[in-house]
Amino acid sequence: MTAREGQIGKTRTGILTAFKKHWQLHVLALPVLLYLLIFSYAPMFGVVLAFERYSVAKGFFGSPWLGLKNFEFMFKTQDAWRITRNTVLYNIAFITVNTSLSVLLALILDEMYIKRLSKTIQTMLIMPYFLSMSVVAIVVYAFIGPKGVVNTMLKALGEPGNTFWYTYRPLWPFLLVFISAWKGVGYTAIVYVASISGISSEFYEAAVLDGASKLQQARYITLPHLRHIIVIMLILNMGSMFRGDMGLSYNVTQNTGELYEVVDVIDTFVYRALKDLNDTGMAAAAGLYQSVVGFVLIIVSNAIVRRVDEESALY
Amino acid sequence: MAADSTETSSFDRINRIKPLTNMIFSVVMSVVAVLTVVPVALVFIISITSSLSLTMRGFSFVPLSTSFVAYESLFKTGSQLVDSYIITIEVTLLHTVLSVLIMTMYAYVLAQQRFGARKFYTFVVFFTMLFSGGLVPSYIINVNVLHIYDTFWILLLSGMVGTFNIIVLRTFISTTIPIELFDAAQIDGASDFKVFFRIVLPLSKAGLATIGLFVLVGKWNEWFTGMLYIDNPKLVPLQTMLTRIQQRIDFIKNNSSLASSPDGMQMLKNMPSEQTRMAIVVLTTLPVLFAYPFFQRYFIRGMTIGSVKG
Repeated sequence: MTAREGQIGKTRTGILTAFKKHWQLHVLALPVLLYLLIFSYAPMFGVVLAFERYSVAKGFFGSPWLGLKNFEFMFKTQDAWRITRNTVLYNIAFITVNTSLSVLLALILDEMYIKRLSKTIQTMLIMPYFLSMSVVAIVVYAFIGPKGVVNTMLKALGEPGNTFWYTYRPLWPFLLVFISAWKGVGYTAIVYVASISGISSEFYEAAVLDGASKLQQARYITLPHLRHIIVIMLILNMGSMFRGDMGLSYNVTQNTGELYEVVDVIDTFVYRALKDLNDTGMAAAAGLYQSVVGFVLIIVSNAIVRRVDEESALY
Repeated sequence: MAADSTETSSFDRINRIKPLTNMIFSVVMSVVAVLTVVPVALVFIISITSSLSLTMRGFSFVPLSTSFVAYESLFKTGSQLVDSYIITIEVTLLHTVLSVLIMTMYAYVLAQQRFGARKFYTFVVFFTMLFSGGLVPSYIINVNVLHIYDTFWILLLSGMVGTFNIIVLRTFISTTIPIELFDAAQIDGASDFKVFFRIVLPLSKAGLATIGLFVLVGKWNEWFTGMLYIDNPKLVPLQTMLTRIQQRIDFIKNNSSLASSPDGMQMLKNMPSEQTRMAIVVLTTLPVLFAYPFFQRYFIRGMTIGSVKG
């Protein structure tokens, strides 16, 4: 094996020989490589848009240079603080609620000893994961729209039942966190159930011999085993700390202007700046702000994790 | 069934929760599971609620009377629905096949432990997970450089390569296909193409099916690309159509001056009724919901291979 490794690409003339020998592998990699170059790497250079007044005629690299004007403009609006705050707070809430709920559900589902019931319940819990956000938006509308079930029930209770929930701000932070949990927890719980069933039963046998209760087994065996996968998911989530959910914040709220204060996130802001205001510069600036902070966050959190618990690090 | 009973070892039988705890868990979890599914049932119920019941009672789990008018009218006049159905099916199928094929090809390259350029290729795909140019540069490139705004191509191509899926496929290939098989093939003088198409593809069917299903469902449910790039009614995907209808109606209703103007009233009249919108939801979601239980095995397998560290 080592002899062969030495053969490939290690000597000076070897690079060309290696390429000739393995040209078919390069061909197999080509479609994805091209795709990424066009749709992922070219846009990375396209971030110059954030520093100029883009015009279609003059193109990416010929448009007038503005320096940091677009950023100044964006940070001077009150929106900058609002979208940053909302994006981060929603993500913290989503991560905390979804992770703890799915671990809890996984522990329970794993303990239920009528396995067929447990499987059926899992099938039902994961169902919302397969709904599109457009469908979720209408499901929500069925509940809290003007004629929705909530108002119908309020009427039945003798209330007026004519609240327009789509402009009622206090409801939305809770509602969005709830919807996110409803849609995502079943899926993550099943991932955890699968990793729990992968834990060797020897650990539990030893624990039982030592007289450990079920709760102690969960605390000292199951949870530590889930740690790696939880930490990896957390690091990945860190990178998207600055990424809002268009589905929740735009589609489910039906882009209602009165709700921007409590639901607007960076992504919805970028979308509106681009499509409604046609302000390419500011939209690109907000997008770059989002990407750079996300990049820093993922690098930093991974570095910290590597210090504390090397095995759980992402790379 | 048989598998379930053999799975339970004698140790598991000793180390069980108490029957009462199990009972409580079962009841609580069953209630949670039913509550999870109920919202979707509501949409179906509204779609068959009669207009009379809707005016008298609003949306309700128990309508006063039912009617299938919404479905009838959709089948009679649903040309937009048919167009959207056709484009969504075309895009979804073609996208899934191409996406899975090129990602598997790439994953196979990443699985070649002894291939010197492997590190380069791994980095190229991994880095896209860390940093992205953002929505605007992509948008400008797609619109002004590639000129694929409002075309079939943007629908087909968007989201075709997923880092996570590639990592899962690579893990799948390197764990299910023994490396000796590659060696044997090479000694027999088989080229990389031959190994890939004759050995890897057939042996990875389960992995391909799993990823394929995820890609399929993801594409079927995609709404944002359509919102961003599509104007031509012939090309509007199902989910985008749903969101557009919903937002347009709300826009008119929220503008009281517009809603009470003759123009606004005319527009509202031409919009699909609430039952019809719910019927569209049912028709767009049924394929996915029906397919899911049959493929549950694959989905769960996919989710769990994905959790293996890359």
